Amino acid sequence: MMPRALIAEDEPLLLADLRDELQRLWPQLQVVAAVGDGESALRDALQQRPAVCFLDIRMPGLSGLEVAQALAEEWPAGVPFALLVFITAYDQYAVQAFDAQAVDYLVKPLQSDRLAACVQRLRARLAERAPVDALPQALEQLRALLAAHGAAPLERLEVIQAGVGHTVHLVPVDDVVYFEAADKYVRVITAEREHLIRTSLRELLPRLDPQRFWQVHRGIVVRARSIASAQRHESGKVTLTLRERPERLTASRLYSHLFKGL
Amino acid sequence: MAAPLSAGSAPGRWRVLQWLWHELRIGLPIALIAAVFISTMFHDSFVRTLIYSLCIGLSIQFLIESGRYALTAWLRHRDPLCLPPQAVWPGWKWMGPWSVGAAVVGYFGGSLLADWLTGGQHTRNPFGSDLRPLALILMLSLGFTLGAVYFLYSRAHLAALQAAAEAAERSATQAQLKLLQSQLEPHMLFNTLANLRVLIGADPMRAQTMLDRLIGFLRATLAASRSGTHSLADEFARVDDYLALMAVRMGARLTAQIELPAALRELPVPALLLQPLVENAIRHGLEPKVEGGRIEIGAHRDGAALVLEVRDTGCGLAAGHPDDGSRFGLRQVHERLAALYGHSASLSLQAAPDGQGGVLARIRLPLDAP
Repeated sequence: MMPRALIAEDEPLLLADLRDELQRLWPQLQVVAAVGDGESALRDALQQRPAVCFLDIRMPGLSGLEVAQALAEEWPAGVPFALLVFITAYDQYAVQAFDAQAVDYLVKPLQSDRLAACVQRLRARLAERAPVDALPQALEQLRALLAAHGAAPLERLEVIQAGVGHTVHLVPVDDVVYFEAADKYVRVITAEREHLIRTSLRELLPRLDPQRFWQVHRGIVVRARSIASAQRHESGKVTLTLRERPERLTASRLYSHLFKGL
Repeated sequence: MAAPLSAGSAPGRWRVLQWLWHELRIGLPIALIAAVFISTMFHDSFVRTLIYSLCIGLSIQFLIESGRYALTAWLRHRDPLCLPPQAVWPGWKWMGPWSVGAAVVGYFGGSLLADWLTGGQHTRNPFGSDLRPLALILMLSLGFTLGAVYFLYSRAHLAALQAAAEAAERSATQAQLKLLQSQLEPHMLFNTLANLRVLIGADPMRAQTMLDRLIGFLRATLAASRSGTHSLADEFARVDDYLALMAVRMGARLTAQIELPAALRELPVPALLLQPLVENAIRHGLEPKVEGGRIEIGAHRDGAALVLEVRDTGCGLAAGHPDDGSRFGLRQVHERLAALYGHSASLSLQAAPDGQGGVLARIRLPLDAP
């Protein structure tokens, strides 16, 4: 079977060039999707399940790392996880993190011999891996990358201001059971009620104390004190029951290492 | 500035010697001159006069110096910020009276010491009949003292001025570097080069045009004449270079519209004043937006003011958390406006009022200014 690939790069000339170069260096590779933003990359990758994904780090919508995170969480069981190659123009910290985690990456401007070496490596890994699932290793790498790439902690938020019409509700952070991303908003759920704030989880996260609030999914941050129990599933996911709320939350396999049991 | 007394280590011992030399090179010549002067005037033995003037001079200097260090330490202990850092000068308010006291006490103390050394009783009795020689010598010691103190003061003052000048130069260099860094953002530069590399193979003519634009952009950015002014037409041409580079990179996602009325072309404006605003509009407004958008740059006259506008249809003010670089860019624009025009120029950022989203940045400059 011909290996299939996805390319996500927001600059059209660079996208076309990478596609042509890959065609030249690896004629068997079939580029099934070439997209210019993170959301399309995620959607197409989940739909097509390519063997290789080339992800630009800085893209509109979702960054390459966020796409990788979402892929690791939502990749269907039974299909070998895609090999990821990150692309960056200049991002010292990312490059250091990639080096440390032995993640494949390309630096722009792309140089032909560097791309050829990358193709060699990818082909070798595709040939060898058939029975071995790359997901556990990819999860390890992604955890390390996300930790290295995480935003610097900002001043801690003590009170959340949630506006509804002309009223602003003040919600102490300690009262929040969990936060859930909802499009361009974040749902703030306390024991009694729910508020909507106009911010993204990505912006909120650096302002929360990571000891008290755990990210358990790319869209969910839960107060550790509120977690009553965690139940593991075969897929690697974990279901959480809460003390103050009846609903159950799902922790993705990217964060399942938080619940190990002593 | 003599910043001595960090004894202990070997270099510390060396510094104590250095300090001693610094001090004695004031006291010794003064004592010597005084000895020559007085021994000639009063026809006294030179050696004995020298011993007296050395004892008196060094006592006075010892008192002044210990007072200077002690007062500085005490003042700083009371209020750590009342003196400039590293200065060992408590101010004339303290040192004036202290020097007069030090001169009188030093004179009598030094004389007694010299009496003891020479085994005689040569100190003129202050209550004796003839007060004139005593008064003269006292006046002399006082004069020398004030001279020495003034020397110390000007030395400390000079050193402080020099330190301030060095600090100012350092911070100016730092600001310049930071400005360059924010302008030559590596991500922009390497992505532009990546596009250029592709074009060289695919479309050499277009590659050449793009390279010319890049050269124009780099030359303007690196030009040291950032503090200078050029015509509004030049300013728009530089902005156009940058937009042309971005248009290659972003393709159909970027639509740029740049309009300069002919009547305003020759008006002088600070060089590259618009650049940070245009960069922000793209970097934080349009680049992060999946569908991209439009950037419009325009100028018009409003009474006695020149109004420059940069508007985009990007993510808007709330969405982007401006990073350090763009905050620096905006502050730079603010500071340049304030320095050049005072309160008669302004920069404002607001949500674009026409309901199409995005940000409108507006600069107002007085037309009659330099």
